Amino acid sequence: MSRIVTKEFLSENVVKLELEAPLIAKKRKAGHFVIVKIGKEGERIPLTISQANPDKGTITLIIQRVGVTSHKLSMMNEGDEVTDLVGPLGHATKIENVGTVLCAGGGVGIAPLLPIVEAMHDAGNRIITVLAARNRELLILEKEIRAHSDEVIIMTDDGSYGTKGLVTNGMEEVINREKVNLAITIGPAIMMKFTSMLTKKYSIPTIASLNSIMVDGTGMCGACRVSVGGKTKFVCVDGPEFDAHEVDFDELLMRLGAYKEQEIEAYSRYLEVIKNR
Amino acid sequence: MSGFDAEYLKSRREAEWRVNLRKGIKAKERTNIERLKMPEVDPLERAKGHMEVNNGLTKEMAIVEAQRCLDCVNPTCISGCPVGINIPEFIKHIEAGNFLDAARTLKETNALPAVCGRVCPQEAQCEKSCFYTEKLGKKPVAIGNLERFAADFERDTGNAYVPEINEKNGIKVAVIGSGPAGLSAAKDLAGFGYNVTVFEALHELGGVLKYGIPEFRLPNEIVDFEIDNLKKMGVKFIKNFVVGKTASFDDLKQEGFEAFFVGSGAGLPNFMNIPGENYIGVLSSNEYLTRVNLMGAAKPEYDTPVVHGKNVAVIGGGNTAMDSVRTAKRLGAKRAMIVYRRSFEEMPARLEELHHAREEGIEFLNLNNPVKYLADKNGHVNKMVLQKMELGEPDASGRRRPVPVEGSEYEVEVDQVIVSIGVSPNPLIPQSLPGLKMSKWGTIEVDSDTMQSSVPELFAGGDIVRGGATVILAMGDGRKAAAGMHAYIKSKTKPGN
Ligand SMILES: Cc1cc2nc3c(=O)[nH]c(=O)nc-3n(C[C@H](O)[C@H](O)[C@H](O)COP(=O)(O)OP(=O)(O)OC[C@H]3O[C@@H](n4cnc5c(N)ncnc54)[C@H](O)[C@@H]3O)c2cc1C
Ligand SMILES: Cc1cc2nc3c(=O)[nH]c(=O)nc-3n(C[C@H](O)[C@H](O)[C@H](O)COP(=O)(O)OP(=O)(O)OC[C@H]3O[C@@H](n4cnc5c(N)ncnc54)[C@H](O)[C@@H]3O)c2cc1C
Ligand code: SF4
Ligand code: SF4
Ligand code: FES
Repeated sequence: MSRIVTKEFLSENVVKLELEAPLIAKKRKAGHFVIVKIGKEGERIPLTISQANPDKGTITLIIQRVGVTSHKLSMMNEGDEVTDLVGPLGHATKIENVGTVLCAGGGVGIAPLLPIVEAMHDAGNRIITVLAARNRELLILEKEIRAHSDEVIIMTDDGSYGTKGLVTNGMEEVINREKVNLAITIGPAIMMKFTSMLTKKYSIPTIASLNSIMVDGTGMCGACRVSVGGKTKFVCVDGPEFDAHEVDFDELLMRLGAYKEQEIEAYSRYLEVIKNR
Repeated sequence: MSGFDAEYLKSRREAEWRVNLRKGIKAKERTNIERLKMPEVDPLERAKGHMEVNNGLTKEMAIVEAQRCLDCVNPTCISGCPVGINIPEFIKHIEAGNFLDAARTLKETNALPAVCGRVCPQEAQCEKSCFYTEKLGKKPVAIGNLERFAADFERDTGNAYVPEINEKNGIKVAVIGSGPAGLSAAKDLAGFGYNVTVFEALHELGGVLKYGIPEFRLPNEIVDFEIDNLKKMGVKFIKNFVVGKTASFDDLKQEGFEAFFVGSGAGLPNFMNIPGENYIGVLSSNEYLTRVNLMGAAKPEYDTPVVHGKNVAVIGGGNTAMDSVRTAKRLGAKRAMIVYRRSFEEMPARLEELHHAREEGIEFLNLNNPVKYLADKNGHVNKMVLQKMELGEPDASGRRRPVPVEGSEYEVEVDQVIVSIGVSPNPLIPQSLPGLKMSKWGTIEVDSDTMQSSVPELFAGGDIVRGGATVILAMGDGRKAAAGMHAYIKSKTKPGN
């Protein structure tokens, strides 16, 4: 059981929860995730640890509402208990001083990007971050990212904030301007696919943090498998970060749709239920 | 490992009550009794739901079956049981109608009799070594069914016997993993007087007994009941705790844990690495069974989804494959098929499971092996390409090696494929302890008597040491390791050391 200490909506569909989890807070490093389950009938979903406060014994999760479980989480309040919380899982990000790091965050991917930006900045790298969102309202964590970046470029689909255009436009501008030693991309699979294609063109080593479907998160089921360099890997124990240029993003995109029908049906049923309450 | 020495067994056999029972019925009459058939739910009925297949023996039936046992001078059955249960003693208690004493006898050496009575491959263990099988060429005494009967009887009385524990010695030990290996180690360690904490990575206790073996073979409430018993012995359970991640071994040592038993199992599913294996609808048996058993995916009120396949192929011939294919049938599959590259004779699954599967209308595509999967435009698997096989020379395991028949490929329509070709040891613990000596198969290397690893305070057993094995072997390891840990801690704490 983990108690929710604070709750805040970052945008209409993105909520930030601070949870009591002293052991996880102490162990966690940038790149780690947890598995969360709500109630006896709940499912297990992976969420990145966006921030941690070891003194206070809390971790922060940032959740985008996309289906039943993320919605349930967003409906919980301060003082409520999350039934099951386990972690920190996955390999931590390799933090080292490489020079200039170009970070790309899309949508809720900005949440898992934040601790990496922070750690990479602390390690002495020059950090240029490109944040992308559909519009101004959906952009999250700008202030926090700015605090740990040397430069921030903002791209919106509709031009309501920053520059109108795609995340790749912002990245290419930087690449054409200066030497980039490493790129990190986190966001929807489709965004990672295109950012990865871009950096490959310029031969910039790139890391992507993958968001496959998971069940246990401990290497037991293989639901999270992806092809990396032609080999099958388990995102939960071998990742979640991989060499982006080796990842088969088309397969990842395909596999993310594995339970789409059931998920959409369950979500509409759930929304119906809470509407009638 | 035999639990008791021959002298002790002999002295128990000479107890007056047993002598009298033996005299009560002539050996000839005993051997003339036919082995009783376990009452089962009708195959068509049970394949629709998740109710347990076997109903269990009635009291009257159990007594009759117990009469078959000859209470042999040399009870060879015991040597076939990996935990060395005093088999004739418990069976004679049943014959005498003292069912609770029978349960107590079982618990002297077996932490989970209700479980073993249901899932042990008895035909390859105790029942294989029974005098009836070995010398009379008759069907063995139904040791497993009787074990189940006694354990169930005790549970149904609502107050199960809690084994006695030595005076608490105040020493903290940790057990990692709550599968059968961990549970049986925990039981013995608690009995020795240690403060035992079991750490479990998942949100439920029981390991494979919960997430793998389905309800229709082993109801979860039985596992929970046994775990509650351990709680009554003072064992502490902490769920959602991955040792090596949530805390390291060093952290736990700092917390005061003096020795560790690792029973982390062989949870990592193997795939065949053939084209199309990552298509949607191709999944490991671990994923399939976890979704259904641990996550409740087949019940509407649970959030985890599972696909109810119509044409389901399960690749493999072990217990896991049988559990998967029978689950698929219960989830409404029109065709539920086993694809196995050898023949019935070589199948590693328990005989009873094979028998039940055939009764329930499972199709067996034996001497077939998948070489490739095909999918529709959305990446959903829709066909498998099978290649026919022939049996060649025996391989290292003594089973005849399957050889592909060139040019025999053909297609079968499927919408779900469950890959059940074995598991590898869970790498989480080894990853977190670089000094630990491992075999090339990724299992932890231990001394086979004490189960001590290359890290002195760390002991291990069950599937993490053996690769995929059985419940009872895992439990036997747990007991051995508990004894090994006890000796280790005593030698360490002896004054002057
Ligand atoms: C290592 C890791 C870290 C993650 N970190 C975060 C995080 O910090 N914040 C966050 O909001 N989300 C994160 N995700 C994604 C998150 O786990 C999913 O959004 C969540 O499982 C959806 O559950 P649901 O029941 O709400 O929706 P579902 O009903 O399961 O899914 C609803 C829709 O989302 C899609 N979907 C399902 N799973 C995923 C997924 N893993 N990624 C993307 N889309 C998916 C489905 O195709 C479906 O269309 C992470 C995923 C991984 C693997
Ligand atoms: C579907 C299926 C059917 C089977 N049928 C039979 C049968 O009929 N008869 C039979 O005898 N055998 C059967 N087996 C085999 C038998 O279940 C196993 O041999 C046995 O469960 C092994 O026990 P174990 O305690 O070593 O490991 P497991 O039962 O695998 O338990 C290991 C536990 O450790 C936990 N764990 C792992 N790493 C960590 C960590 N770092 N920290 C904390 N916890 C951790 C895991 O989550 C798990 O709960 C079957 C197996 C399967 C999968
Ligand atoms: S534990 Fe297994 S092998 Fe031992 S007597 Fe019982 S059924 Fe037979
Ligand atoms: S060998 Fe068979 S008959 Fe003899 S004691 Fe054991 S169970 Fe009874
Ligand atoms: S989530 Fe089950 S193996 Fe990765």
